[in-house]
Amino acid sequence: MSGHTSSYEPTSRWGKWWDERLPIPRMMHGQFVAFPTPRNLNYLWTFGGILMFCLIAQIITGIVLAMHYQSSDVLAFNSVEHIRRDVNFGWLIRNMHAVGASMFFIAVYIHIFRGLYYGSYKAPREVLWILGVIILLAMMATAFLGYTLPWGQMSFWGVTVITNLFSALDTIYTGLGTAIVEWLWGGYSVSGVTLNRFFSLHYLLPFVLTGIVILHIWALHVSGQNNPTGLDIKEPSESVPMHPYATSKDIVGMFAFLILFAWFVFFLPDYLGHPDNYTEANPLVTPPHIVPEWYFLPFYAILRAFTGSFLGIPLGSFAKLFGVLAMFAAVLILAFAPWLDTSRVRSAKYRPLFKWAFWAFAFTCVALGYLGSKPAEGVYVMWAQIFTVLYFLFFLVAMPVLGLIETPKKLPRSINEAVLGPDAAAAKH
Amino acid sequence: MTSHVDDANRRDFLVVAGNAFAAVGAASLIWPFVQQMNPDASAKAMASTEVDLAPVKEGQAITIMWRGKPVFVRNRTKEEVATAVEVKLTELPDEEARNGALPEATPATDANRTKQGHENWIVMVGICTHLGCIPKGQSMNDAKGDFGGWFCPCHGSHYDTSGRIRKGPAPRNLEVPPYEFVSDTKIKIG
Amino acid sequence: MTTMKRRLTSTLVAASAAALLASSPATASSEAHGPEITRQQWSFGGFRGQYDQAQLQRGFQIYKEVCSACHGLSRVYFRNLVQPGGPGFPEESVKALAAEWPNQITDGPNDEGQMFERPARLADPIRGPYKNEKEARAAQNGAYPPDLSLIAKARGVERNPSWWTHPFLMLGDIFASYQEGGADYLTALMTGYVDPPADVKVNDGMYYNTAFPGHQLAMPSPLSADAVPYSDGTKTTVENYAKDVSAFLSWAADPTLDQRKRMGWQVMLYLFVTTVLLYLGKRRVWSKIKH
Repeated sequence: MSGHTSSYEPTSRWGKWWDERLPIPRMMHGQFVAFPTPRNLNYLWTFGGILMFCLIAQIITGIVLAMHYQSSDVLAFNSVEHIRRDVNFGWLIRNMHAVGASMFFIAVYIHIFRGLYYGSYKAPREVLWILGVIILLAMMATAFLGYTLPWGQMSFWGVTVITNLFSALDTIYTGLGTAIVEWLWGGYSVSGVTLNRFFSLHYLLPFVLTGIVILHIWALHVSGQNNPTGLDIKEPSESVPMHPYATSKDIVGMFAFLILFAWFVFFLPDYLGHPDNYTEANPLVTPPHIVPEWYFLPFYAILRAFTGSFLGIPLGSFAKLFGVLAMFAAVLILAFAPWLDTSRVRSAKYRPLFKWAFWAFAFTCVALGYLGSKPAEGVYVMWAQIFTVLYFLFFLVAMPVLGLIETPKKLPRSINEAVLGPDAAAAKH
Repeated sequence: MTSHVDDANRRDFLVVAGNAFAAVGAASLIWPFVQQMNPDASAKAMASTEVDLAPVKEGQAITIMWRGKPVFVRNRTKEEVATAVEVKLTELPDEEARNGALPEATPATDANRTKQGHENWIVMVGICTHLGCIPKGQSMNDAKGDFGGWFCPCHGSHYDTSGRIRKGPAPRNLEVPPYEFVSDTKIKIG
Repeated sequence: MTTMKRRLTSTLVAASAAALLASSPATASSEAHGPEITRQQWSFGGFRGQYDQAQLQRGFQIYKEVCSACHGLSRVYFRNLVQPGGPGFPEESVKALAAEWPNQITDGPNDEGQMFERPARLADPIRGPYKNEKEARAAQNGAYPPDLSLIAKARGVERNPSWWTHPFLMLGDIFASYQEGGADYLTALMTGYVDPPADVKVNDGMYYNTAFPGHQLAMPSPLSADAVPYSDGTKTTVENYAKDVSAFLSWAADPTLDQRKRMGWQVMLYLFVTTVLLYLGKRRVWSKIKH
């Protein structure tokens, strides 16, 4: 896959036998043992491994929950209660899965922000980055479908509201949106039919996700990892073999993350959820305040920022459509980051202006998350509109313009110089 | 740095201890995932069933569900009881009573497969001990086999009026579940 | 019955429900601030707390003698009252309780093809007095007394801090592992019946409550002092009643809490030790490399 040659030498007869037929051990050794990783990776680089753990944990707990879950509108809510109360360790596995979804998103957001900060999206890692955006989309779809399954009030009304987004297409072509929504529902409202197909898709998507993750890792192993300096590896001494160096660090990061994970599983299992989801779905009563799970809040805020007018500009009947488009654009614009960013320097460490823009963007995302949790009324709408503009300004203005006007700090000549100082690096030559 | 792994580092006590701890944690995580497949609290709570025997006349039989299994309850005629009692243990392929309430190796006499004072009642799990089919013989016009009891059509096992295997591939007598007479006309299984 | 059918056949109910909603909980969000709910001390609160068995027993007594007149507890089974981590009543007394429970279990069909009522057993749910929502509404002037099995989880306390204190309050709750919003709300609700302020007109058949969103609810004040005798010397005040039954309902909604937290500490200890060991091991591995 990558430029380095494998140093794998099978020692046992079995090893040799396999090596001549299906050299999986050779590949694993080459990609995950001897694979050269930059020597200066910090703990933010352990989130790739943490995400792999999250994905596997979600799949295993999910398969187990599916053994006890009933995907019918009459039984779904009861079956989740059955899992919580009666199934041996059902409470534990269900908490792991529900909390696990949130942990997955915490990890993926840190992973994405790390990429944005250190310029990991820039050449030659564009495909790697775009695969990551596709993974994010697949994760969002999976999480959304999964949140339907407990069939509580928030599940039901969340699905109703989000699927209704597609009805915005009616403003483009009359009847198109409605047709799509009814196709998604399998009826004229969200019902047991919808629940059943969502369950099927929720089970399918993680395996699709796994496939894209494999491509993501493949692409990573072709271009090699970025590092905090953003510099390319110039000589072998700037890298260390993945095992035991990167792996020993990865596992520390993973266990530290598990402390947070376990804290929520055992002591705050419902903190990240909503009380309304402990009331069974009722198509006759809408909860007074529908909110999605926390990881969708920034996007939800962008969606709702488009009311009748946007910062004084009247939108008329297109408000809903613009909201939907803006929400999807907020995710998809990430995919264009490699080309929007004009800087020749990767890491924000050496980009004084971009560093500010990055932290402003991070604050914008948190602020949008906060606004997404508030009712869409009064001053909250105005702030949501302002931060929506700031969100897109980061990509559409800060990225292209800063790269042109900013004077980067002096870059070290090599990773070795950044790590060891100029003298030691020179002595190595 | 060189790319070869430093052996001294690998064998370092701290590294081994850390890895061992992580491995033990991963291994103990398997436990809840195995346990979750066992019968859950609601299934265990359903483990006993009460049956009213009053409507079952002599010579009739009923089948009831207990833990998802069919249980045969037959009110045997005097002749059926008599033939069951007369059988010598040496004639039986399986000489154990297979009664959940009695210890193993109790001889398979008819008395050991029924309750004292209620000898006309035979209560058994209606699952052939060969491969789990349900034997015929509960309904009036069923084939009851060569010994007037039950007959499993799957592979031809013949049971007598005490539910003991007499002929065919089944290895054991039909199992008697733990049960008790709550009153003269009512039993509680499980 | 599918949800669609339900929707079509009961437009009337929908209309009346909408009318009800407009007058009650939905209006809560349009208020600048929801009612302030006091945080109580709970034996099962925070990350160390466990249920107080005596309190759960008293709470069940309140449920049985007061709440069960209208509310079911159908996700809790009589057998749950026996199991560890709960009220832990002796099995024999729960069997007797189940057999005498006024709301019997519909079983059948019998040999004549008829459904029949039979006394409850350990494996049966704790039923409320009504067979379904329609019957409940018919008996309760259109109001629906909800099943209480999950009420402590289905209610919470919404706080409305200013935007800059919000993250700190959140972090505080995460560190303190605050999960008792439901119990706090229920206590506040049951002790929140007061005379309405002069400018509020309370609708017919409604009662004024400080904790309820919208302040008007169809349930009259359920608790009065000395209504239920306690055998363990606890004072028979409304406040004690409210706290005891809130604790019991918290258990009903989350019966595995004791086990969860006990196991949680073992897991946390394991994770801390292993993380430290792995970190030291990682330092050892990297000790020969400057980084």
